Amino acid sequence: MQTLKQQWFGNVRGDILSGIVVALALIPEALAFSIIAGVDPMVGLYASFIIATVIAFAGGRPGMISAATGAMALVMAPLVRDYGLNYLLAATILTGVIQILLGVLKVARIMKFIPNAVMIGFVNALAILIFMAQLEHFIGISTMTYVFVAVTLILLYTLPRFIKVIPVPLIAIVALTSIAIFSGVDLRTVGDLGTITQTLPTFFIPDVPLNFETLKIILPYSISLAIVGLLESLLTAQIVDDMTGTESSKNQEARGQGIANVITGFFGGMAGCAMIGQSMINVKSGGRGRLSTLVAGIFLIFLIIVLGELVVQIPMPVLVGIMIMVSIGTFDWSSFKYIMKAPRTDALVMLATVVIVVYTHDLSKGVFAGVVLSAIFFVVKISTVKIMKEGNRFTVDGQLFFASTDGFVEYFKKADIQEENLTLDFSNTRIWDESGAGAVMKVVELLREKGIHVNLIEIDASSKKIMDKLDGILSSH
Amino acid sequence: MYKHILLASDGSENAVRAAKEAVKIAFCNEESIIDVVYVVDFDQSKTDVLHAGSSETLDIERRKKNSKVLQYLNEAKVNYKTTILHGKPGPEIIKYANDQNVDLVVIGSRGLNALQEMVLGSVSHKVIKRVNCPALVIK
Repeated sequence: MQTLKQQWFGNVRGDILSGIVVALALIPEALAFSIIAGVDPMVGLYASFIIATVIAFAGGRPGMISAATGAMALVMAPLVRDYGLNYLLAATILTGVIQILLGVLKVARIMKFIPNAVMIGFVNALAILIFMAQLEHFIGISTMTYVFVAVTLILLYTLPRFIKVIPVPLIAIVALTSIAIFSGVDLRTVGDLGTITQTLPTFFIPDVPLNFETLKIILPYSISLAIVGLLESLLTAQIVDDMTGTESSKNQEARGQGIANVITGFFGGMAGCAMIGQSMINVKSGGRGRLSTLVAGIFLIFLIIVLGELVVQIPMPVLVGIMIMVSIGTFDWSSFKYIMKAPRTDALVMLATVVIVVYTHDLSKGVFAGVVLSAIFFVVKISTVKIMKEGNRFTVDGQLFFASTDGFVEYFKKADIQEENLTLDFSNTRIWDESGAGAVMKVVELLREKGIHVNLIEIDASSKKIMDKLDGILSSH
Repeated sequence: MYKHILLASDGSENAVRAAKEAVKIAFCNEESIIDVVYVVDFDQSKTDVLHAGSSETLDIERRKKNSKVLQYLNEAKVNYKTTILHGKPGPEIIKYANDQNVDLVVIGSRGLNALQEMVLGSVSHKVIKRVNCPALVIK
């Protein structure tokens, strides 16, 4: 791992330039995710500024970008709808506290238990939900709305081939907002959905009663937010690790995410996490160090303070177009090949995760269901014991432990064995516990009663140990 | 003669042909080592990480993509190592070759995606223009 000095000042020029690029790319997303969450655009913009700034210091993955995100916005939307902004801010602080705790408890290790089928389902569901959230902003509003969405998409699709330095969404926004203003077409704008205040965020304590009732309302949301935030952050950290060929501290990142959320909650920002797309933009633009994340946060708020009046005039259809592109970029397009090629159960877990998220609109529920489902599939798979017969040689295939012994014993109860001598081959199995050893003894006895002599071969050392321990108790010879 | 030979590989048939020529040159000098450089595009990282359960599987999957070349080098019993770089293939290969002071770059003229190369200009063309050492382009 690099020294702290390297993490900050190892790549100053690249970090400053990429931070500026990211700030420009962050603005439309922060606006759109505020709208998804159902809060004023400032809540998302403040969150992006504060989270990026704090995570630059507290995070464990230099060069990763954290801000207001779609995944978190989707989780918090019902809370905002039912209880309002103050409860969201309280939930954001609690989310941070949970994440700090999980970080201290070294949550990164637990991440390994989340199968990749679930993670693929997670990003796909996220992409679908971001897309679905755009529908109400352009379906059946006006013909011009459709035209602007279409033009935005065409620009976003074609321009990257020719323009590499400036983020293309920014070009689309500048060009199309100017066209909309000067031609005077009637389009809904960001200003119709909220106001932009051109000031820095200030510290305040969310106005919620400090009682058990409040906790009961916000805790379920905070748990969901904490899980979703850490999932996306740790996945993003892995991607940035890979892109840069460096390592990062996942537990420090989890704690950093928590600290960032606590602080953003006290400054009127919504909960956020790391962003896959923005982090990739940062690395591609040359960002590697902590400085890039800090520059992104500070330049973002600078732009809002200077250009706030212009931001409210951005037509919604342009923002919708950008978000459709974000959802296309988020979706894992190799999933179709995955469904065909991966084991049936993995494909099913992936699809189940997507379906449950799209149905419940809660990413954490989908992840939970996916993990449970794959755990069940795993148990079923591992507790299946097959026996292959070849002459008088019976090969046991699978693991022998408390959950799998039934099938093993059952086979020999039913089997119609003519041979007087048979060999039980253990080369493809292992005995894990006393149940496994007991089952083997039981089968030996069962067959002896039928007048069949059993020869056990190829038992590995650790299985033998368990068998030997029970030798005294079980009267097999 | 050439000691540190950089073999740029994208796992394609063309890269295997380049490997054959690299081996011929490596045989001239016992101390030669072929450095098989495989560049993972930034955009590929997300898909790869998502589909690999751990960093170990990630590494294995990438070696598999390069398996034809590695298999050939194994059979030829030549000294080799693999290096995985991240970013745009052309610039990354050039940067690595110049930083490491390699003695020779061996590269195939065509990659996996013919259409992309027509539009963007070929990787091999960029590489031969900008590396500081001799380069061998294999047809």
